Amino acid sequence: MRHLHTALWGVLPYLTLVVLVAGTAWRYRYDRFGFTTRSSQLHESRLLRVAGPLFHYGLLFVIAGHVAGLLVPESLTDRLHVSEHLYHANALIAGGTAGLATLAGLALLLHRRLRTPAIRAATSRSDRVVYPVLITVVLAGLTATASGATARSTYDYRLGVSVWFRSLFALDPDVTAMAEAPLVYRLHALLAMALFALWPFTRLVHAFTVPLGYLVRPYVVYRSRGRGEVGAGAGRPGR
Amino acid sequence: MRVMAQVAMVMNLDKCIGCHTCSVTCKQTWTNRTGTEYAWFNNVETRPGLGYPRGHEDQEKWRGGWRLKGGRLVPRTGGRARRLARLFANPELPTLDDYYQPWTYDYENLTTAPLGDDIPTAPPRSAIDGHPTAITWGPNWDDDLGGGPDQLAADPLLARMSEQVRLDYERAFMFYLPRICEHCLNPSCVAVCPSGALYKRVEDGIVLVDQDRCRGWRMCVSGCPYKKVYFNHATGKAEKCTFCYPRIEAGDPTVCSETCVGRLRYLGVMLYDPDEVGAAASVTDEKDLYEAQLGCFLDPDDPEVARAAEASGIPHDWVEAARRSPVHALITRYRVALPLHPEYRTMPMVWYVPPLSPVVDALTGSGHDGEDPAALFGAIDTLRIPLGYLAELFTAGDPGPVEAALCRLAAMRSHMRRVNLGEEQDPRIAESVGLDEPGILELYRLLALAKYDERYVIPTAYTGSVPDPGGTGAGCSLDGVGGPGMMPDGAEGGPGLGSDFGEFDPDAFHAPPTAGSGTSSALRGRVNLLNWNGKGRPDGLFPRARGTVRTEPEL
Ligand code: HEM
Ligand code: SF4
Ligand code: SF4
Repeated sequence: MRHLHTALWGVLPYLTLVVLVAGTAWRYRYDRFGFTTRSSQLHESRLLRVAGPLFHYGLLFVIAGHVAGLLVPESLTDRLHVSEHLYHANALIAGGTAGLATLAGLALLLHRRLRTPAIRAATSRSDRVVYPVLITVVLAGLTATASGATARSTYDYRLGVSVWFRSLFALDPDVTAMAEAPLVYRLHALLAMALFALWPFTRLVHAFTVPLGYLVRPYVVYRSRGRGEVGAGAGRPGR
Repeated sequence: MRVMAQVAMVMNLDKCIGCHTCSVTCKQTWTNRTGTEYAWFNNVETRPGLGYPRGHEDQEKWRGGWRLKGGRLVPRTGGRARRLARLFANPELPTLDDYYQPWTYDYENLTTAPLGDDIPTAPPRSAIDGHPTAITWGPNWDDDLGGGPDQLAADPLLARMSEQVRLDYERAFMFYLPRICEHCLNPSCVAVCPSGALYKRVEDGIVLVDQDRCRGWRMCVSGCPYKKVYFNHATGKAEKCTFCYPRIEAGDPTVCSETCVGRLRYLGVMLYDPDEVGAAASVTDEKDLYEAQLGCFLDPDDPEVARAAEASGIPHDWVEAARRSPVHALITRYRVALPLHPEYRTMPMVWYVPPLSPVVDALTGSGHDGEDPAALFGAIDTLRIPLGYLAELFTAGDPGPVEAALCRLAAMRSHMRRVNLGEEQDPRIAESVGLDEPGILELYRLLALAKYDERYVIPTAYTGSVPDPGGTGAGCSLDGVGGPGMMPDGAEGGPGLGSDFGEFDPDAFHAPPTAGSGTSSALRGRVNLLNWNGKGRPDGLFPRARGTVRTEPEL
C-alpha cells in the first residue's frame, strides 16, 4: 500500500507535469496547425452563447479558487484573522457557485454536442476522451466541496491536500498528507492528473494560447511576404 | 512621404452577365474541400437581393467594419477588451443557416434502390453530417430576383428606401454584383483578430490568414463587414480570398479574373500613402469617405511620388506598372469606378464601375432612344430610384459621384455611337462630363475593347532588399507563427510571447512598416494549397524546425 501511495502521490504528479510540458512543446513545434478551439459555433450558436461563457467563466473562477485554496497556507489566513468558519463558508458559496456554473455549462455543451448532428459529426476521438474526464473531474470536485458542507465533516483539506500540493513544488512530496485524504479528494486529484496528461493532445491546448497580446497590439498587422518579418529583420525564435 | 503599393481590382458591372463562372472556378481552386463546402471566396449576387450570407449588409446586426467613437476608429464589434471578453462565444457570428446548409445528393440510390414502380431519385443529403436534408436555401437562392418581393423586402439597402421607391425599383431593373474580399487598406478583419493571424502584406496589400497562427477565435468572420472571411469547420481555422497570391506574384491575374466570361475585371497597382489612411478612414461624414479614400492614392506620374516610392522600397517596375495601371485609370483618372460600401470605413480596394445598362434599358423600354445623350443624361437624373440604390452601394448614399460616373459612361456611349455611325461628332458631349475626345476613346478602349494586356497589368513579386536572415531561403506567406512579424521597428508581437513593445503605442491606429524594411522574396518551400484537400499536412504547410526531420504526429 505504501508503494502505491508513493507512486500515486509522489511520482505520478511529476510524470503528469512532464507529459504536460513536453507534450505541449512537442505539439506546438510539430502541429501548430492543430492549435485551435475548433469552434462549433458555425453549426449551433444559440445554446453555445449561454453554455460557452457559463462554462468558461465558471472555470476561470474555479481555477482562481484552486489557486487560493491550494497555494495560500492556513497560517497566512490565520494571521490575517480570517476565521476558519468564514473561510470555509466563502469557499463553499463562491467555490460551489463557480463549480455549479461550470458543471451546468459543461452539461449544456455536452447536450448540444450530442444533440446537434453537425457537431456530433465534428466530434473527434480526443473529444470523446476529454469530455468524460472533464465531467468526472468537475463532479468529484463539487462532491468534495459539498462534503465539506455537511455537519459531520471534520476534514480540513487545507491541512491535507493543500499541504501535499505545496510540497510537490518543494520537491519533497508529503505523500501521507494525501494518502489520508478522503476518497473524493483522492479521486479528484487523480482525475485532474489524467486531464493534465491528456491536455496537450486534445483541443484543450487552446487554453494555452489566450491572446492577451491583443491588448497591446496595433489594430492593423502588416507582414512582409518573404520571411514574414517586418522591421527588425531578426530571425524567428526556435526555427 | 511614404508610399505603399497595392494590387487592386475594378469590376465593370455593365458587363457582368451573372454566369457565376468566376465563383465556380474560384471554388474549384480554393474551397472544394471538406470544411469549406459553404464558402465562396467569390460570389455573384443579384441586386436588389439579400446577398450571401443573407442580409450581410445589415451592420446593425452583424457589426462588421469600423465606427467612429469620439473621433477615433474602433471596430464596430467593440474594442480589444470587449473582443477578449467574448472569446467564449462570439455574439455576432453568422451560423451556417445564414450562409446556407451545404448539401450533396445520394447518387448511390439511383443504382441500389430496390425494384419498384417509381424511378429512383437521388435524395439530398447534408454535406455536413450526411443526414437526409431539405434544401431550403442556397448560395444564390435569389438569383435573378428569384423568390420575388418577399425575399427582396429583406434587402438591407432597400429597407433604407421607402416602400414606394421599392416597388418602382423592382420594376425598373436588376444587376449582378460579383464580390470577393476587398483587400482593404484598413482591414477590420485584421483588427479584430486577437491572435494577429490575419495580416496585410507589405508588398502588394493582399490580406491573408496565417494558418499556423490562427487559433479559431472566429472574430474575423464577424469583423469583416463584407463577410468575406470564412470559418473552416473541419480545421477550425479562418480562410479567406487570397487574391490568388501565387498567381499575382507570378504576374498572372486571379482565377476569377482570368476566367471571367464578361472580361470585366481589371487588375493593377495603386500607390497610396499609408500615413493618410487612418485620417481618411475617420472622416466624420460617411459621404466624404469616397473622396477621402481617393485622397490617399498617389499619382505615379508625379516624379516626386516615383522617387518616394523607390525610397520606400517599391521596385521601379512596380512604379512603371502603376503608371499603366487600368485600375488607377478607372479610379482616379476617369473616376468611373467607385468603392463598395465605403461607409464601413475599411477602405476597400475592389472597386466597381456602376452599371448604366439598367438606365438604358428603362429608357428604351419607355420608347426612347437609349443612346441619345440628352435623353440618357435626363434619365440618369430622373431615375432617382436606381441611382439611390447604387448610391447606397457605392457612396454611402450620396448620389453625386454615382451620377457623375454614369454620365461619363453615357457620354462615352453617345460619342462612340456617333463615331460608329459616321455621324458628326459633338465635342460638347465629352466636355459636359469633364473629358476630352482622346480621353473618351481611351476609356472606350479600356472598358469596351478590354484587351487582356490592358486589363491586367501585374508586376511580378519583388526581389528582396533585405537579405534572408537565416540564409535558408525557406519561407512562405502563410509562414511565421510566433515570430515578431507584425510590428514596426522590431517590437516583438505575438500572444503570450513576453513581448517587448518598447515605445510602441498600441493605440496608434496604423503602424505600417518603415521604409525599405524587410522585403525579401522566397518562393521556395511554399506549399501548393491548390492541391491541398485540407486533411493531410503537406510538407511546407508547416514551419519546419531547422535541422530536424519532420515526423507526422498521431493526432
Ligand atoms: C481563458 C482561456 C480559454 C479560452 C479563451 C477558451 C476559449 C474557447 C473557445 C473560443 C471555444 C470554442 C467554443 C465554440 O465556438 O465552439 C472553447 C471550447 C472549449 N473549451 Fe475553452 N477556452 C479557455 C480555457 C479552457 C479551459 C481551461 C478548458 C478546460 C479545462 C476549456 C475547455 C473547453 C472545451 C471542453 C471546449 C469545447 C466546447 C464544445 O464545443 O463542446 N477551455 N474554448
Ligand atoms: S473585405 Fe477582406 S480585407 Fe476587408 S475586412 Fe473583409 S476580409 Fe478583411
Ligand atoms: S465570370 Fe464574369 S461575367 Fe460571369 S458572373 Fe463572374 S464576373 Fe460576372
